[in-house]
Amino acid sequence: MNFSSSSQYVVSQELATAVNAAVTLEKPLLLKGEPGTGKTRLAEELASALETDLLQWSIKSTTKAQQGLYEYDAVSRLRDSQLGSEKVHDISNYIRPGKLWQAFTAKKRPVLLIDEIDKADVEFPNDLLHELDQMAFHVYETGEQITAQQRPIVLITSNNEKALPDAFLRRCFFHYIQFPDSDTLKAIVDVHFPDLHSDLLDTALAMFFELREVPGLKKKPSTSELLDWLRLLLVEDINADELRKSREQGGVLPLTGALLKHEQDVERLAEHARIQRR
Amino acid sequence: MFIDFFQILRRHGLKTSITEWLDLLSAMKANLAFADVEQFYYLSRLILVKDESQYDKFDRAFSEYVDKVAKVDVTDKIPKDWLENALKRNLSDEEKKKAQQLGSLDELMKTFHERLQEQQKRHQGGSKWIGTGGTSPFGAYGYHPGGIRIGQHGNRNRSAAKVWDKREFRDLDDNARLEQRGFQLALRKLRQFARTGAATELDLNGTIEATSKKGGLLDLKWQAERHNAVKIILLLDVGGSMDDYVYQCEQLFTALKNEFKHLELFYFHNCVYEGVWRENSRRRQEQIPTEQLIQTYGEDYKLLFVGDATMGPYEIAYPGGSVEHWNEEPGEVWMNRLTRHFEKVAWLNPQPEGHWRYYMSVRMIHNLVGGRMYPLTLAGLERAMSTIK
Repeated sequence: MNFSSSSQYVVSQELATAVNAAVTLEKPLLLKGEPGTGKTRLAEELASALETDLLQWSIKSTTKAQQGLYEYDAVSRLRDSQLGSEKVHDISNYIRPGKLWQAFTAKKRPVLLIDEIDKADVEFPNDLLHELDQMAFHVYETGEQITAQQRPIVLITSNNEKALPDAFLRRCFFHYIQFPDSDTLKAIVDVHFPDLHSDLLDTALAMFFELREVPGLKKKPSTSELLDWLRLLLVEDINADELRKSREQGGVLPLTGALLKHEQDVERLAEHARIQRR
Repeated sequence: MFIDFFQILRRHGLKTSITEWLDLLSAMKANLAFADVEQFYYLSRLILVKDESQYDKFDRAFSEYVDKVAKVDVTDKIPKDWLENALKRNLSDEEKKKAQQLGSLDELMKTFHERLQEQQKRHQGGSKWIGTGGTSPFGAYGYHPGGIRIGQHGNRNRSAAKVWDKREFRDLDDNARLEQRGFQLALRKLRQFARTGAATELDLNGTIEATSKKGGLLDLKWQAERHNAVKIILLLDVGGSMDDYVYQCEQLFTALKNEFKHLELFYFHNCVYEGVWRENSRRRQEQIPTEQLIQTYGEDYKLLFVGDATMGPYEIAYPGGSVEHWNEEPGEVWMNRLTRHFEKVAWLNPQPEGHWRYYMSVRMIHNLVGGRMYPLTLAGLERAMSTIK
């Protein structure tokens, strides 16, 4: 197994090492990093590289660990019993497998993405310890033991909203996706916009990195914002000269809305530009 | 294997466990980082470090280890019979012939030794290399970054060294571990569940009761989900001496925000007077009268002060004592009004508890909140939570 950059996705050497190690040693891989650095995209790309299924479990603040295993639909059963349905005698008709169950019983070793695990309650990761470790769980209603045919490739993403418990971390491999340097970023842009003029790209990247250096931004623009911005520049047909001009004037960038998502950040940038000009 | 590395990591304050250690060893066994020190760096970081704030510590530890390993004389460490075998396997036919010309094995060993020495000095290309990993028994040694040098091309090792010597993660390092999770767990003590909102959950007891009343005909009852119903007003001291504690306050605030749906945040400076404000940047324009605070929020709200309570005693005791404006009534009057209205009050002080007695103002505030002042630590927060429960 050797995961590397594809025609749609650029992987750094560190990330490739991380993914390969996690796949080989069958350990969950925990990914952190600024929002928009491609954590979720990685899972999609990995699944397509391995030609297998991607099971995506998006975590919300109300998600319970049990929902990933299975849910027992008592209400349907109660209703069926009223209607005198035959189904009602077999409890397994009312057990709904969750994402983990699906991953354990898949024919081909799937990629299981547990997306934004930090959204859930603080105890959520602890509740999954045993299941991720042993790759097995017990269904109380039917007395069945679900064991993984083959250990799925588990990717977990976190945006650092909540700290994760130590016991959970010990069982995972951890990789922090760093913001790409300008060479990597160029490679990423090349993959998305193959026919972008190189001088426009150079100017745009320079401005983008300057923008990231502006102190005190609430949310620094990330890769996905850069791609949106470039798309807009292309649509609006802004050329490198115009871009350079506004940069020299130290003014606000054209189409800032794609890059900055907070009102205060736009103000902050204008203020910063004023100070620079002085 | 790598016991030294493990010890160095622990000495640098990384809490690497044995389990993770064994994971690394099995990764090495699976040949995930064979004969490439950079790969080894990424791999060990992946397995042993679980938070980006620890990356910098790891970089330093790794650098120390690599330096130490570089000093090891490889030829001394490798048993002689390994070398013999390796030589036989790795020398080309031509070299073997040459070796025979050299005559004795001793001389051959000498040549080999010299070559290794030379290599270490010059970091030079692969053409002169002797052991090239893979099939050679050095493979076993290849687990060791020191051994990894054997079989590398050019000065790859030197270029790789930059990766950790760059210390790119320095900004992320923070001696204070993220306390947020600890805070959050402490805050859980203050849970009072109540059912509010849309009825989306099956009320089992209600359903059973209603169904039996209808003689067995199913009658489903629903109820709202449980939410934490605790309401909190957070009064946060900003500016001046509090700047040192910004990080701790941020952690506390994030934890509070995650746990409590009803959380009202107001700022004050040093001591509470007739006005507080919601946004620090607009403190001059948009002050909310403290009187209004008392009228708007019922006594079921729990009042949490966060401040170091370090100021001149006159700022609490006298009219006009405030450093920022003219206050008609002394701060203690306002403190008393607040503590009379809100029954559950606690003051969290980021200063270490041991320092409190040296400040008169801290003692005064301590009395004004009826002794309910706690240090802004995990233990302090737990005590505060059980007070306002």
